Amino acid sequence: MTPVELIEPPGKPLGEIVPAAFDADGKQFGYVHSIETGAAVDGPGMRFALFVSGCQFRCLYCHNPDTWKLHTGKPWTVDAIVAEIGKYASFLRVAGGLTISGGEPLMQAHFIGEIFRRAKQEMRLHTALDTQGFLAAHLPDAYFDNVDLVLLDIKQMNPEKYEALTGKPLQPTLDFAERLFKMGKKIWLRYVLVPGWSDDEVDVQKLADYLAQLNQAYPGVLERVEVLPFHKMGENKWAELGLKYELGDTKPPSTELTHRVREQFRAQGIFCC
Amino acid sequence: MNAPIDKSLDQSQLDAWRDFAAGDWQTKVEVRDFIQANYTPYLGDDSFLAGPTERTTQLWTELSSLLKEERKRGVLEVSAQFGSTITAHNAGYINKNLETIVGLQTDAPLRRAIMPNGGLRMVQNGLTAYHFEMNPQIEEIYTKYRKDHNNAVFDAYTPEIMACRSSGVITGLPDSYGRGRIIGDYRRVALYGIDFLIADKKREKSELDDVAFTESVIRLREEMAEQIKALNELKVMAKKYGFDISRPAATAQEAVQWLYFGYLAAVKEQNGAAMSIGRISTFLDIYFERDIKEGRIDEAQAQEYIDHLVMKLRIVRFLRTPEYDDLFSGDPTWVTESIGGMGEDGRTLVTKSSFRVLNTLYNLGPAPEPNLTVLWSTSFPQGFKEFCAKVSIDTSAIQYENDDLMRPKWGDDYAIACCVSAMRVGKQMQFFGARVNLAKAMLYAINGGVDEKTGKLVAKGFEPIKGDVLEYDELMAKYDKMLDWLAKTYVTALNSIHYMHDKYAYERIEMALHDRDILRTMACGIAGLSVAADSLSAVKHAKVHIKRNDAGLAVDYVIDGEYPAYGNNDDRADDIAVWLSTAFMEKIKAQPVFYRDSMPTQSVLTITSNVVYGKKTGNTPDGRRSGAPFSPGANPMNGRDTNGFVAAGFSVSKIPYESALDGVSWTASMTPDALGHNAADRVKTLAASIDGLFGPHGEECSICESADKVDQKLAELEEGPDQLFHLNMNVLNKDTLMDAMEHPENYPQLTIRVSGYAVNFVKLTREQQLDVINRTFHARC
Repeated sequence: MTPVELIEPPGKPLGEIVPAAFDADGKQFGYVHSIETGAAVDGPGMRFALFVSGCQFRCLYCHNPDTWKLHTGKPWTVDAIVAEIGKYASFLRVAGGLTISGGEPLMQAHFIGEIFRRAKQEMRLHTALDTQGFLAAHLPDAYFDNVDLVLLDIKQMNPEKYEALTGKPLQPTLDFAERLFKMGKKIWLRYVLVPGWSDDEVDVQKLADYLAQLNQAYPGVLERVEVLPFHKMGENKWAELGLKYELGDTKPPSTELTHRVREQFRAQGIFCC
Repeated sequence: MNAPIDKSLDQSQLDAWRDFAAGDWQTKVEVRDFIQANYTPYLGDDSFLAGPTERTTQLWTELSSLLKEERKRGVLEVSAQFGSTITAHNAGYINKNLETIVGLQTDAPLRRAIMPNGGLRMVQNGLTAYHFEMNPQIEEIYTKYRKDHNNAVFDAYTPEIMACRSSGVITGLPDSYGRGRIIGDYRRVALYGIDFLIADKKREKSELDDVAFTESVIRLREEMAEQIKALNELKVMAKKYGFDISRPAATAQEAVQWLYFGYLAAVKEQNGAAMSIGRISTFLDIYFERDIKEGRIDEAQAQEYIDHLVMKLRIVRFLRTPEYDDLFSGDPTWVTESIGGMGEDGRTLVTKSSFRVLNTLYNLGPAPEPNLTVLWSTSFPQGFKEFCAKVSIDTSAIQYENDDLMRPKWGDDYAIACCVSAMRVGKQMQFFGARVNLAKAMLYAINGGVDEKTGKLVAKGFEPIKGDVLEYDELMAKYDKMLDWLAKTYVTALNSIHYMHDKYAYERIEMALHDRDILRTMACGIAGLSVAADSLSAVKHAKVHIKRNDAGLAVDYVIDGEYPAYGNNDDRADDIAVWLSTAFMEKIKAQPVFYRDSMPTQSVLTITSNVVYGKKTGNTPDGRRSGAPFSPGANPMNGRDTNGFVAAGFSVSKIPYESALDGVSWTASMTPDALGHNAADRVKTLAASIDGLFGPHGEECSICESADKVDQKLAELEEGPDQLFHLNMNVLNKDTLMDAMEHPENYPQLTIRVSGYAVNFVKLTREQQLDVINRTFHARC
């Protein structure tokens, strides 16, 4: 295998990709939070979803705070993960594919890059990467050759609000979005709709306009925007981890609100669900 | 639009076979040949479908109020004065002015008939349970002058069989009720008319005039005489409704009507556990296509005939006992209609009428009957795949069975009887055998044949396990022997039952619509597969301590450590389940005698009896508590399939169809949002998932150096890859079910799939409702 050559991001370096890890037998490994064999909401069809651990973001609405710390995941070798995916390969070729999510998968870019390579080249699976793109500037374009679809999270279009919500700056994500458009890499944009945090009409409009512009310049790249209504299914995990959940009083968005936001994207000619 | 039953139009003047492509079917009774020569595959989507007509809506509204009344009382009415026959009752209607397809089991809708040939006791208990009186004359006839099936079987039973029956190690035997699971080829009535069929039966019988009169020839001759009588009675019955069915059907309306009369005769005379209708929609489609081409009907009218037929099939009723309901809950009749499939020539058997039958679930709302069963093929046209998925998501009322697995075995004109049993229509029948309890048998192996609940000795001549820890090899050796004993006792019971059923409750009209020489299968079955597999896995991979009671009987188990459970695509456990199914089938096959030279088969299916089986079984070594329900069919135990929907489906797919040719049942429940964010995604994902599970999968190399190797590996898999046999699909929210438990009045048509059939959720017992709710729901994580 060829190790991924990282590149020095232009400007202020932001965050770090963890180095490739090898066990005593020289096998590459990484940290895995969980596996789901029947995931239908993380890319097209019914997918094998690999949730890896580790994330630099601290999103207030995170429903998987137990994935934040890299080492709370279980170490798996690439071989073992690929073997596990392989059990389902024939099904996945027909029904969906592989999605790697997290945590923030790009934190373990070496580990997941190797999994994507083998899933694509050895098993011919459709592959999807679920990311906020914060670390992508470290990675060359060729890194994404084995990724068919990027599920890109843009959590807010207003930089201040973005940072308040996630603890990190917005710009790297936008840089990555633009890069994906230029590369022609298919995108499903995901927008978690949190009342009081990401429902402002102006902010949403800004994002819709931004996407519309890119869409016009690079048509056919953005396949859809998924507006995901905020839910509190992860709340108990915060308590289990001894963390304070800030959104305890936040309600899921109303049907009307969700509809309004979706219509804002649709008005720009974007398929939105 | 045509008037209902337009009798001014003299349809008898029409040439019934006009414009049909000629073939062997014209001289011989060969319905498949007719279908192949004449049907029109449909490759499009659902956009052509029509909604309900005003007549349909009005008729359904009237029927719904009767159904509401029935739900309140359990049984609306009983015609208890005389036993039912094909001709016993006068014509009956829901609303004669609205019905385009007519005929009821008795002279009023939902008035149940009594059928004492199967067993007087069943009739008596049924009447008593719902506060109706038995006619003393009937009682006299069946005690003084005539024997019933139920009494006859018990004359033959051994004490050992009786002990197994009462302990529950063998349960649900059709020894006090009609065995069912026989599908008359009701299409023959429409295609040929009765006179042709009688002439053919006479010809078949006359071939036996000059052969040696062995017992089997004499029996067959008597049966054929009965078949001919039944066909004549069928004509008489149709006459009561104003139809002459001695001739073939000449229009679509007549074809539906004639076919339904054939079926109606069967359910007037037989209270069978499952009274399936066969594979009728593509056959009927040929008549619809012809009538539409002739301008006789339009789409709305075609749909109306199907809607009205389906309404009739929704109100098939039998008088049953509360004990029967415990086994098979929700008043099921298993009017299974098999839809679609592929032809042997590669053309799809999906027609517009395949869509129309499913469309009844929209036009009339969801319902458990008829038991709509899609014979799914990965080669289906995409439009039909997506329509099926949409119907599942919207109604949870249909099931899928793998045509790609069954077609090589049974050809392209088989149908499903009951839940998962495939049989070639008119050419094959089965002797339904309920099932044995594999989990309880393991407890017998541990306790030397003594029942863990009663302390009674049921299986004689076995030594118990004496140690305090279950050792895998010792348990397996004892279990293997116990299963030998169980197979022997079981087949003995089944031979007795079916000998007597043929003798005292013979299915005259259903068999009249079969060929003379048919394949008979002895349909054995197993329950408790997951409990037995998990128990063995626990003993093998963890440490299981025995706890004994004062009498020294093993009554509980303590598991030290963890074990892999069946249902997670983990071979360590799944291989045990495979072994159980394969080994028990071998033990069945090893029996020396099968009544009427039937071919032994097996199913892994429980329907709702998994609750009763669980009730009758003590604590098991997998940690299941005494009395707790088993998982249904071949399902993993509730909550133990923690790796998700696909992993669970893969585990079930490993059970070889060869070891269970009578079917392997898997029921899966999903929440809608676990299938996708929006309706279109859900439809696509479900359709693709069924393809993925029904198509070949399983052990393939995980690491191949090149794409070519994947192809090569897949090519090798053609030998015998894993393929899912059955998917009983629910797309529901748990909250809906809980609300329906509390407010049943708001959910009169809430339909869910349970192990091979569908039920009205509100008609289940509370225990069964809880069992359904506790089943693994694959939700969004």
